[in-house]
Amino acid sequence: MATAAQRITRTPAGDGPADKTAAAAAYEAAFDAAVAADERIEPRDWMPDAYRATLVRQIAQHAHSEIIGMQPEANWITRAPSLRRKAILMAKVQDEAGHGLYLYSAAETLGTSRDELLDKLHSGRQKYSSIFNYPTLTWADVGAIGWLVDGAAITNQVPLCRCSYGPYARAMVRICKEESFHQRQGYELLLALSRGTPEQHEMAQDAVNRWWWPSLMMFGPPDDESQHSAQSMTWKIKRHSNDELRQRFVDICVPQAETLGLTLPDPDLRWNQEREHHDFGEIDWSEFREVLKGNGPCNEQRITQRRRAHDEGAWVREAAAAYAEKHAAKGKEAAA
Amino acid sequence: MTETTRTPQATVAAKAPRTRESVHHAAALALGDDALVLSHRLGEWAGHAPVLEEDVALANIALDLLGQARVLLSMAGDEDELAYLREERAFRNLQLVEQPNGDFAHTIARQLYFSTYQRLLYAHLATGDGEFAGLAAKAVKEVSYHQDHAEQWTLRLGDGTDVSHERMRRACQALWRFTGEMFQPVEGLDFDGEELRAAWLESVSAVLRRATLDVPEGPQSGGWSAGAGRQGLHTESFGRMLAEMQHLHRSHPGASW
Repeated sequence: MATAAQRITRTPAGDGPADKTAAAAAYEAAFDAAVAADERIEPRDWMPDAYRATLVRQIAQHAHSEIIGMQPEANWITRAPSLRRKAILMAKVQDEAGHGLYLYSAAETLGTSRDELLDKLHSGRQKYSSIFNYPTLTWADVGAIGWLVDGAAITNQVPLCRCSYGPYARAMVRICKEESFHQRQGYELLLALSRGTPEQHEMAQDAVNRWWWPSLMMFGPPDDESQHSAQSMTWKIKRHSNDELRQRFVDICVPQAETLGLTLPDPDLRWNQEREHHDFGEIDWSEFREVLKGNGPCNEQRITQRRRAHDEGAWVREAAAAYAEKHAAKGKEAAA
Repeated sequence: MTETTRTPQATVAAKAPRTRESVHHAAALALGDDALVLSHRLGEWAGHAPVLEEDVALANIALDLLGQARVLLSMAGDEDELAYLREERAFRNLQLVEQPNGDFAHTIARQLYFSTYQRLLYAHLATGDGEFAGLAAKAVKEVSYHQDHAEQWTLRLGDGTDVSHERMRRACQALWRFTGEMFQPVEGLDFDGEELRAAWLESVSAVLRRATLDVPEGPQSGGWSAGAGRQGLHTESFGRMLAEMQHLHRSHPGASW
């Protein structure tokens, strides 16, 4: 991996410093032109170091979110109230592990490794989506996660299918298809509850009340405070601003909530004819910052479980490696 | 089936599940409960596996088993009534499949023993013309994959490091006394228990040998465990497992999900 990364990040050698600078400038111009022409950047193409670093950070955080995101939902696998719902939930959690695998592979094309990224997750040097630091307290939370959290994720991720980095864009095409399916299932779960007994309806409303604002926070800080946005948009990693995507999500959710027969917990939410968008209330950014700092309801629990699974599985991974080594050696002996 | 609204009386009715003349109730329950209970145990692994690939694989196997359980329980009655409203003493699964996950080696040993049994039994049922032939023919493909997965891990753990060898040895030994129950007769299922035991022993022994492990010593069942699960006598952890599985469903009698 390291050698591949070195090869593709080198600047071509010239006879003197002036040549080097000229050649580097030529590479940079070619990169900028490719991005401007909406061409895909591929792993062996030259790319600015900062572009590479931003992508590694973003794809890793995305992969980590998939695997930490298994926890709040897996919390209900053993208690799912019908066998059909249990099958759907198991399949969903399995898909998330699969998405984590695609995304780690996409990140590896940039010269890092899954082990290295997991190490950064476990030591807190890389983040995952703040939404997964909220607890799943009732069965309805599984539906609210599907409808709102997956819904927000899709709104964020569909534009990534056109992201300038090829491997990431292709991973997103596959992931978005499955996510849309999950979102429909979550919506359908909530609909069944909303139209069920009064207790079930109340359970659904309570879940939406708890997940609505954290879902809006998934789009990140407001545009004027978003430190990576401008550069990511120039590089066509990002296509729309945080606030734009958040507005789009609110506009999609309002009529869906009506169909569900559930309300959204925002007294300031109303249609604005002039803007042709919904106005909505102020997000509690202090809560968002606290969760990001590690002080959300489940930060400690989520990372502890992830570390424990990894640490307790070490002997299994070591066994697999030892077995592979022995049998590779035996294979060589047999061939000789 | 799961979408129909049930009356509160269903709770009572489920204690003596209704039978359908066309299928053998006891046999469908035995096979269905095996699949249901093992699927539940494997579901407990989600998010806890040693590598991501195993999170995928274990969930995959759990889903296959849950699919089998739904078909089988539906042959015997309403799948949700049977899964969620029967009490411990009415379940007919093998004690083997209800054993707690333990460490990864225990889970793999349980998978090796059970998937070998299930593959041999389903291959046999698929060749007959009984009521389970269709299901068995479809399921045997899934079960062959489960057996392969268990075999590959038995080899890696048995013939991996000293630590993994010792853990796998202990797991195979600890679960050995639950294996005899698989060869007890099941009402409504046509198989020769001794023939099945011989084929099973041959297959499992071959894997264990390749994994540098000995075939465990001691009896394959005791006075207490012989055929016990099939008669509704279970081990202690099973009641706790059911409490978790059934709690939500039982809290909302008659609700649809």
